[in-house]
Amino acid sequence: MYGKGILKGLGVTWKRFWDTYTEDIAWVLRGKKRYYTEEGVQHRSSKDQKGIFTVQYPEEKLIQPEESRFLPFLVYNKLPDGKREILCTSCGICPKVCPPQCIWIVRSNDPVTGRPIPEPTEFYIDMDLCMNCGYCAEYCPFDAIKMDHDFEVSSYGRNVYDMEKLLKSSEYYKSIRPLNYEREEAARITEAEAKKAKEAARAAAQAAKPANPPAAPTA
Amino acid sequence: MTMPAPASTATVDLAARFPDVVQLDARPDYTGFIVEKDSLLEVAAAIRDEFGFDLLSSVTGVDYAPDKMEVVYHAYRTSGGPGLAFKVQIPRIDPVEVPSLIHLWPGVDLQEREVWDLLGIKFSGHPDLRRILMWEGFEGHPLRKDWKEGFYEEDVKPFKSRWPQGKFAMAEDLNPFGDNLTFPKNFDPEKWIPEGEALLYGALARYTVENEDGISSDRIVINMGPHHPSTHGVFRAVMTLEGETIKGLKPVLGYLHRNHEKIGERNTFLQNMPYTDRLDYFNSMTNNFGYALAVEKLMKIPVAERADYIRVIVSELSRIQNHLVFIGTLLNDLGAMYTPSLYAYEERELVLDVFEAISGSRMMCNYYRFGGVVRDIPDDVMQKIKDLVYERIPPKTDELDRMLSENEVLLARMRGIRMINAEDAVAYSITGPVLRAAGVPYDIRRADPYGIYDRFDFDVAVRYNGDLMDNYLIRIDEIRQSLRILDQAIRQIPQGPINSQKPAYQVRVPAGEAYGRIESPKGELGFYVLSNGKPNPWRYHVRAPSFVNVTALEKISVGTKIADFVVLLAMFDMVMGECDR
Repeated sequence: MYGKGILKGLGVTWKRFWDTYTEDIAWVLRGKKRYYTEEGVQHRSSKDQKGIFTVQYPEEKLIQPEESRFLPFLVYNKLPDGKREILCTSCGICPKVCPPQCIWIVRSNDPVTGRPIPEPTEFYIDMDLCMNCGYCAEYCPFDAIKMDHDFEVSSYGRNVYDMEKLLKSSEYYKSIRPLNYEREEAARITEAEAKKAKEAARAAAQAAKPANPPAAPTA
Repeated sequence: MTMPAPASTATVDLAARFPDVVQLDARPDYTGFIVEKDSLLEVAAAIRDEFGFDLLSSVTGVDYAPDKMEVVYHAYRTSGGPGLAFKVQIPRIDPVEVPSLIHLWPGVDLQEREVWDLLGIKFSGHPDLRRILMWEGFEGHPLRKDWKEGFYEEDVKPFKSRWPQGKFAMAEDLNPFGDNLTFPKNFDPEKWIPEGEALLYGALARYTVENEDGISSDRIVINMGPHHPSTHGVFRAVMTLEGETIKGLKPVLGYLHRNHEKIGERNTFLQNMPYTDRLDYFNSMTNNFGYALAVEKLMKIPVAERADYIRVIVSELSRIQNHLVFIGTLLNDLGAMYTPSLYAYEERELVLDVFEAISGSRMMCNYYRFGGVVRDIPDDVMQKIKDLVYERIPPKTDELDRMLSENEVLLARMRGIRMINAEDAVAYSITGPVLRAAGVPYDIRRADPYGIYDRFDFDVAVRYNGDLMDNYLIRIDEIRQSLRILDQAIRQIPQGPINSQKPAYQVRVPAGEAYGRIESPKGELGFYVLSNGKPNPWRYHVRAPSFVNVTALEKISVGTKIADFVVLLAMFDMVMGECDR
């Protein structure tokens, strides 16, 4: 019969149309809210979704997975005396690995010893150049730079972030990436313990053989 | 663990067949043959007719500054197997000329124009050697090593100004626009008349015959694009029409050109990975795959077993969502606005959710690393993939099929409108679903397997009519085959490390050349990477399927109605980010 294919196709759209309402009614009968709740959004972006698929941004937002990345930020620890301990040591790996070269770091030297200070004097990221690749966070050996979840950063001017704008606390980092934070924290603790054990062993060895000269450093 | 395949050279001895004019490329870690310039046509004809390499997949050039240039050809057999690389070396003087292969393989048309445009190598015998990606008044050839871009800082990244004294300044303040740019002599933009337009319309006029039947009638020149909803981006087709019939057509490209390859030469090897995401922005997962393959060949490193499976899983998911979007946008172009495309986008959203959970980004995944992938797939995401593959996508594909494939309006628009036949498709270097819909069962996953594709049981989807309906149906076939591969990959995936290498932000890549190619959802995506042992590639070329497939557009469209042109164009599934690079 001519027109059968069109009717079949219309059947598909018709079913989808009603699915939205049958789902709505089912949610009401279960006493749950389908719209403007996290549960509703989660359900609408799962395999069980039926009928309406859209999420009403900005009232509703998609649930971001932990690995989701947007712009980088610098992590600091809050010290008990209220000061900030910046984890970055200005080692220069992130500006070297950055594909669009949007990271600028100023490293200063100690005026007394002449050695570099392990903390950046200034740190700029041009967020208009940043391509959100995540290399800086991936290759940072000190877990000092991480990728943020916040994607609502539109503005009228250029977005060049300085240190003040880049720094965010480690609590914030923990809140957006709990699993990563735990993993890194565990690694830090084991590393510290290993270091302690090593030092203790060395001290013990030194105490046992005080006469031996220290071994020459191997190249 | 799979080692990268040894550099793909077929077992033909071209040097024995032509002892005087062909010699083996003896440079360490180079493959293929070097052909004398004057005998290129003869040797190429033998390669095609005697040795059976009927598909000339890639043409590109390399600038070995300061004295030498090279044109590199990669030819393959559509019956499968490794390919054959042959090269022509020429002195680096201006202008250098190489015979054009356009009469043997018409598919080299746009690629030779690209080599001329970007490297300044002339092809004698090419009928229409105009600039293709750069604008008509452009001076110089940007891929030559001595050419510098507008906001040039240094030859290679990382730039020294970033650390340790990285006082921020905008590039445009330090280096105002114009400093590095050269213009033709006495260039005045106010008085400039684009000669290229005259050349373009001149090239079109060659296809027209005036005064048929003794009646003098004007033909209409129509510019479709660069801003036209059916061109999927900034693509422009200039055509002459007689009534509604297309009599001549020239594609105009380059509106989205950003010289991806020059950027790639400035980048380090690792820094290129996120840039490949931006080529075909629907399929960053497969783009990464091609580039990773090429560099792994150069580095001669194995890929971790689990990472191999992960790569297959994400590539096939990417193929599924690409084909779904293709069907959606195709129906948009046909006038079925929004409903089919939004239905298709639902499944794509769910696939992108998976990509975001494993890679961090929905579209710009940047997921592959040399030797593996960056992050493992956690168990909950694996469950999500299983749900998609076993419960969600198969019924939804059937639903899409049920909604569209028998629709009488769709059939009337698409059935029986011939796109291209098998012979022409191969000659024009078309790859991907369009080639397979024309009846050539050529799929690189089967013809020249990469990664671990040789372990899976799947059929190469092929259809034989070559009409628009077949081009549509083959996408649905391929979705189903991808689901088959996914099913096997999910069941076989082992536990283990996800990278055979230690994470390193500076990789050591030994000198040599490599051509890594994959079957991307749009066709053969190839990366020709050349290293000289330094941290940055000496040459980085992308053989983009969208770009090469467009070569045949003129052949396909001439003689059809303008209303069908929109559909013909849609069938290539072009993405301009990849086409213009």
